[in-house]
Amino acid sequence: MERERKEVYFDNSATTRVFDSVRDVMIKAMTDDYGNTSSRHIKGVEAEQYIRDAREEIAKSLKVKEKEIIFTSGGTESNNMALIGTALANRRSGNHLITTCIEHASIYNTMSFLEEQGFRVTYLPVDHNGHVSLDALREALCDETILVSVMYVNNEMGAVEPIEEIAGILKEKKSRAYLHVDAIQAYGKYVIRPKKMGIDLLSVSGHKIHGPKGVGFLYVDEKVKIRPILFGGGQQKNMRSGTENVPGCAGLGAAVKEIYRDHEAKVNHLYALKDRMVQGLLSMDGVTVHGLTGRDSAPQIVSAGFEGVRAEVLLHALEDRGIYVSSGSACSSNHPGVSGTLRGIGVKDSLLDSTLRFSFGVFNTEEEVDYCLEQLRELLPMLRRYRRA
Amino acid sequence: MKYKSFLIKYAEIGVKGKNRYLFEDALVKQIHHRLKRLEGGFSVTKEAGRIYAEASEEFDFDEVIDALQHVFGIVGICPMVQIEDNGYEDLKEQVVKYIGDAYEDKNFTFKVVARRANKQYPVISDQINRDLGEVILNAYPETRVDVHNPDVILRVEVRHKINIFSQTIPGPGGMPIGTAGRAMLLLSGGIDSPVAGWMVAKRGVTIEATYFHAPPYTSERAKQKVVDLAKKVAKYTGPIKLNVVNFTDIQLYIYDQCPHDELTIIMRRYMMRIAEAIAKESDCIALITGESIGQVASQTMQSLAVTNEVCEMPVMRPLIAFDKQDIVDISYKIDTYETSVLPYEDCCTIFVAKHPVTKPNLKRIKMSETKLEEKINELVKTAIETREIIRCI
Repeated sequence: MERERKEVYFDNSATTRVFDSVRDVMIKAMTDDYGNTSSRHIKGVEAEQYIRDAREEIAKSLKVKEKEIIFTSGGTESNNMALIGTALANRRSGNHLITTCIEHASIYNTMSFLEEQGFRVTYLPVDHNGHVSLDALREALCDETILVSVMYVNNEMGAVEPIEEIAGILKEKKSRAYLHVDAIQAYGKYVIRPKKMGIDLLSVSGHKIHGPKGVGFLYVDEKVKIRPILFGGGQQKNMRSGTENVPGCAGLGAAVKEIYRDHEAKVNHLYALKDRMVQGLLSMDGVTVHGLTGRDSAPQIVSAGFEGVRAEVLLHALEDRGIYVSSGSACSSNHPGVSGTLRGIGVKDSLLDSTLRFSFGVFNTEEEVDYCLEQLRELLPMLRRYRRA
Repeated sequence: MKYKSFLIKYAEIGVKGKNRYLFEDALVKQIHHRLKRLEGGFSVTKEAGRIYAEASEEFDFDEVIDALQHVFGIVGICPMVQIEDNGYEDLKEQVVKYIGDAYEDKNFTFKVVARRANKQYPVISDQINRDLGEVILNAYPETRVDVHNPDVILRVEVRHKINIFSQTIPGPGGMPIGTAGRAMLLLSGGIDSPVAGWMVAKRGVTIEATYFHAPPYTSERAKQKVVDLAKKVAKYTGPIKLNVVNFTDIQLYIYDQCPHDELTIIMRRYMMRIAEAIAKESDCIALITGESIGQVASQTMQSLAVTNEVCEMPVMRPLIAFDKQDIVDISYKIDTYETSVLPYEDCCTIFVAKHPVTKPNLKRIKMSETKLEEKINELVKTAIETREIIRCI
């Protein structure tokens, strides 16, 4: 008696399925227009056109200049370049960096590296909703500060950081520190205007917005002093050497175009899914939803603690029913150990190891949310019955 | 230096009396099996109490040595240069050339040991030793002869062709797989059980394995980890048939019916019963576990006795008196350590009580098991019948 096999993918903050338009343009770039952009002949020119188009699309989405977009291999490289590139280039102006205690590992571990190189790093605390403390920021800022790096949307619980307020404080304090924003979970969900918002650098990853893996970009305001971190053939105006990932960039461009088409409707759809999920979860016993909900939080992420159930077990039980979710965040799940963000927002110890993340994408439906809630209602009592003696 | 063939040395097999050919043939078969997957077009032959592996094409030396070092029964691998018999003067020249190629630093002591298997050869062994020693000394004045404790023993075997060799690369030792019957290894994802399997296999035993899977409490990755471990061990043992038994329902039933501090021990008794049942189906004549006295609550002597009680077959526990570090050392050597320490939960620890019994009483455990009578046989039967079989190569 095989149960009808459903597949419900609620792990869109880990990665997403690509849009059909992304797949199509990538196949074309790999099979027809496979040239190297550095070649002088027509194959090179054709390939370069894909890069130009993608860059134009991205620049348009942020209302920035095309030359301010640098393609990278993804979010991790964008974050590394933003931090290491600006820290090294501005070393003479100061050696102090500021970030928060709930950043992604690609920020956190890069900061650790910079500490080894002699930089001083301040890690700002967050409140119980995961919002960074602005008072702590005011206090930490000093003449030596050259960079402030804050994530836009937290990947583990969907908290939205007060980016504009942070930019405001930098302005008010007349700090010359750059503001870097890790927007990997935010781009595509929000309309972001770096120039208006006071953002100097912005990291984005392709595969979180239904684009391909292995590609992303870093927006760098033209006034920012930054050094490359990869050296070689001098591609992308010497800022990022290495043959351009033409199919990747083309796919990323197509994803940007698609995600920002009818954007409001897409975001409303995600919020509808989230509200439905949160409502359903809160109607169950022993379930806590972490952080704020509704429009005060990111549209795609729901983080919930399940009293008396281990996240790992619930995850696999849901998997058995065809539902795919994460425990904590997918990235930090690689090295089990308890989530820094959840601890940071003061989630009680008994829930630290019992938290799942449900993250939605544009392909998800309300029926899927209902199916997931139905399965949870069935599984939770059973799993709670059997626990460590 | 271009070697063309290898002389394979084996030890214990040599003394197995009338069964000797069985062991030798098994070793030839194992070597053949490993080398046929590599480049070189190797032929493996048994000749006058020696095994030769001879290449007919180009091959990668390191790859071949690595493959041979995974064949139980081999104690030494001698890379050999083989020359045609083109007269005594030619032999002298070839030996000088061999020494020149094989040893960059000529500052060593040596002796020559010739063996004239072809009794038609015009020079006797003793004379060959003296003559070759002399030409080497003349060609490389830094070398010295030491007949008692030489750094290098240059062996020259005169058969229908002439073999020249002087180096022995150690093999894994042990006995060839396929000479000692089959046994069923209880394989978990830990450090110990792959080592236990490897040790028993080293004595010539063919290995099959059983793994207890408990979804959703253990993940697909935990299962993949066990498959990966079986593959690592299979590099030595040849293909391993892995039986993956879904143990969840049995585990939950025990949880429902029995005292929680006896959970682990009762669970392990059922694992042994199931492993033995599968073992019988597969013509295994023993079980293998990675247990070691006192390592955890279920491995005290008392616990082992209670677990052992359910088995008719002998249970081989090669690690029984090993310290953990000694086991870890072997796991490094056989390249299972890194896989073993990947952090996926195995089914023994899911419901482990805070204070499990360490000195279980057989009578009490049996009493507890009577509470399982209603459904347990059916559950065990289903678990055995629905097991998944994975061939790990």
